[in-house]
Amino acid sequence: MTYDDTWLVVPLYNEAEVIHDVVTHARETFPNIVCVDDGSVDDSGARATAAGAVVVSHPINLGQGAAIQTGIEFALRRPSCRYVVTFDSDGQHRTEDAAAMVDRLRKDEADVVFGSRFLDGRTKPGLMKKLVLKTAIAFSNATSGVHLTDTHNGLRAFNRTGAAALSIKQNRMAHASEIVDQVGKAGLRYTEQPVHILYTDYSRKKGQSLLNSVNILTELLYK
Amino acid sequence: MWIKVILLVSISVIALIGLRAPRGARHLALRRITLLAFVLFAAASVLFPEVWNALANAVGVGRGTDLLLYGLILAFLGYMATSYLRFRGLEAQITLLARRIALDEVGVGPVPEQGAVGQEPTVEVERHPATP
Repeated sequence: MTYDDTWLVVPLYNEAEVIHDVVTHARETFPNIVCVDDGSVDDSGARATAAGAVVVSHPINLGQGAAIQTGIEFALRRPSCRYVVTFDSDGQHRTEDAAAMVDRLRKDEADVVFGSRFLDGRTKPGLMKKLVLKTAIAFSNATSGVHLTDTHNGLRAFNRTGAAALSIKQNRMAHASEIVDQVGKAGLRYTEQPVHILYTDYSRKKGQSLLNSVNILTELLYK
Repeated sequence: MWIKVILLVSISVIALIGLRAPRGARHLALRRITLLAFVLFAAASVLFPEVWNALANAVGVGRGTDLLLYGLILAFLGYMATSYLRFRGLEAQITLLARRIALDEVGVGPVPEQGAVGQEPTVEVERHPATP
């Protein structure tokens, strides 16, 4: 199975330490990778380019949501693109999971496949992280009408219809809930895929704090 | 205590405006009317400072200065809400601008027609081979 009709969208912000390895590894499965360099102050963009990714550079830092939207718009401008996968730049996602999600789109099971950490017991987040995520999930399920077990998972796969329905306005972290909202509003067919998140020390250091979830909630209320 | 009702109503109005501020000519006209009312009110309180005390007593506040302070707090909250919205609007515009620049830089065409899906584009993006 080849994935030359799939684009991996990787929002990239100050990940010079790991991005070369992440892109190199992902390219073993996915030949098309677009990294959206969101105004990094290190040489993340250059390293991603060296690893074989196409790099689209925001002239200023806008936030992860904005970077994902830019990447999706880039992918949709490629006529050969049929599937779009959002993939984190810190190496916490597995390409096997991404490939399995695209396979399900290919079978036309859904327009969107969300990755979920909580469908099986493989992933072991810390207690605090679990609490934050569970709160966000309850909030999202109550407001969006889309029922998921994990709303803040950066690994998602869309077919063209699904990707074209997105218009992410939340520049920062609230984009995760916004994507779920828009999937609900557009009436897209969605499903979930159990995925394994590799919580390395590196990704844990960069993860969402409890305070950040306060930001997520207020930005949702004031959209 | 009338003051509590007045303050609570004002706060909810500000919150409501903060949530969905009307844009355009109507919004501008409202702002100008508010400014005019403020000027008249300020002039009146300079000429007749005892009006504040009378007003304060009428709504159940001890002194005119206290009433003034409450008014100031409300005005500040309103200012916060409207500037937050304006800021959000600006941010959205900057985002679109920056995205356009970023996409133009890599030189990709517009979103292809529905029928064209599956064909390779004429504009090729510069690609670097993976380093070993």
